[in-house]
Amino acid sequence: MAEHIVTSYDNDLQALRRRISEMGGIAEKMLVDAIQALVRHDTALAQSVIASDKRLDVLQREVEENAILTIARRQPLAVDLRETISAIRVSGDVERIGDLAKNIAKRALAIGTDFQPQKIVLGLQHMSDLVLGQLKDVLDAYAQQDTVRALDVWKRDGAIDALYTSLFRELLTYMMEDPRNISFCTHLLFCAKNIERIGDHTTNIAETVHYLVTGETLAIDRPKNDQSIDMSVEAGA
Amino acid sequence: MSSTIAVNTSSAIGNAAAADTTVPVRIAVKNLNFYYGDFRSLKDISIDFYDRQVTALIGPSGCGKSTLLRTFNRIYSLYPEQRADGQILLDGQNVLSPSVDVNELRARVGMVFQKPTPFPMSIYDNIAFGIRLYEKLPKSELDGRVEEALRKAALWDEVKDKLRQSGMGLSGGQQQRLCIARTIAQRPEVILLDEPTSALDPISTGKIEELIEQLRSEFTIVIVTHNMQQAARISQFTAFMYLGELIEFGPTTKMFMNPSKKQTQDYITGRFG
Repeated sequence: MAEHIVTSYDNDLQALRRRISEMGGIAEKMLVDAIQALVRHDTALAQSVIASDKRLDVLQREVEENAILTIARRQPLAVDLRETISAIRVSGDVERIGDLAKNIAKRALAIGTDFQPQKIVLGLQHMSDLVLGQLKDVLDAYAQQDTVRALDVWKRDGAIDALYTSLFRELLTYMMEDPRNISFCTHLLFCAKNIERIGDHTTNIAETVHYLVTGETLAIDRPKNDQSIDMSVEAGA
Repeated sequence: MSSTIAVNTSSAIGNAAAADTTVPVRIAVKNLNFYYGDFRSLKDISIDFYDRQVTALIGPSGCGKSTLLRTFNRIYSLYPEQRADGQILLDGQNVLSPSVDVNELRARVGMVFQKPTPFPMSIYDNIAFGIRLYEKLPKSELDGRVEEALRKAALWDEVKDKLRQSGMGLSGGQQQRLCIARTIAQRPEVILLDEPTSALDPISTGKIEELIEQLRSEFTIVIVTHNMQQAARISQFTAFMYLGELIEFGPTTKMFMNPSKKQTQDYITGRFG
């Protein structure tokens, strides 16, 4: 894209992109570390995840403030307007992803060294690997304004939902087997839900990339495979 | 998982109503060329202006937007070296045809210029002057027409107690609304506005924009503006012109959110080299 007649306009938009890319890097690391902290009972790592969230919040506020200033100062139109609005949306999603990763880290601390069924932990790790792949892809798609790649991420969200449903079922079984399992299973269930929510945020970002590039909103329903809402205790048993 | 992807393009900007292409075409321009002597300043322009919609003409200086506006009421014919060929159909009738009476045409197609041009006479006579040219009305009826025009131009309350004072004594924004009132008084079908707010402060500009939105229910309006945000706010359709050519024409929402042509995008986002 050609440069603006006013060069400081280009600088404004570049500054937005730079901050979002920094945010993306932090959020990815937070998710990886939070899961590691959970799997290895690493409290120091969990603490560092919790601490990183502050930087993410600061960056998100900066993106928002600068985007609003850009609108006020330059009244962006067409692709510039879409870019400014997209920056606000994406930074919001990435900030939420950070919150969810932080919540996993907090739960890792709460669970401590309680017994954890290996199968479930591996399931969580697998789910988080999938989501992490999604997050990396969608952040790249955003940086490169690649709508094909973004749509690919968007379509894959169904797989994460399906994995969440199966983990939900399994955790329910553990809880019914022995009420002493309920405490850590609830924590793990929330962790699974957090990962699933991170997947939803990557889908949001994918939709934003599509809007940013094409100027059109995706109007079809998202692929949904979360069937845990339909599950009663009997069904889970 | 769904396999097809549909898109949603129906959304509107600001207060201006969304473009309506189901209404009839009021002015159909077909293969219009315009010459200043040997210089061809409009190149094969074809474009439709819809009934009771506001169409904004945008483009850099010298792109031909004011020239296009000036062909609709043949105001260019005041200058012997200027000529147009092609067709401009106003309700199906070619206004470029020599058989069309220009005085009658200019009553049907009113025009307001960049700088307010009140006549050096009273506020009342500024409005009545145009009406008297075409109609012989008894005083009471003429008074009614003057009031109606001033009301429609949102000026009545400000001038009703000083109708006999000179129009030149009004503020710039009031003078411009007086000129709009003078145009409306002739009950035209089309109103042409050539950068009507570029010499006005933001408050007067706001009043003129509000007025344009109200006049849209009765008149077909074509406005030339250099202010992108103004075009986005007040028009339903936008045409982008460059070097005498029509580059892109479409609903304003589409033109300002997601134009099809790169040249349009570069211009409205301030990337024009």
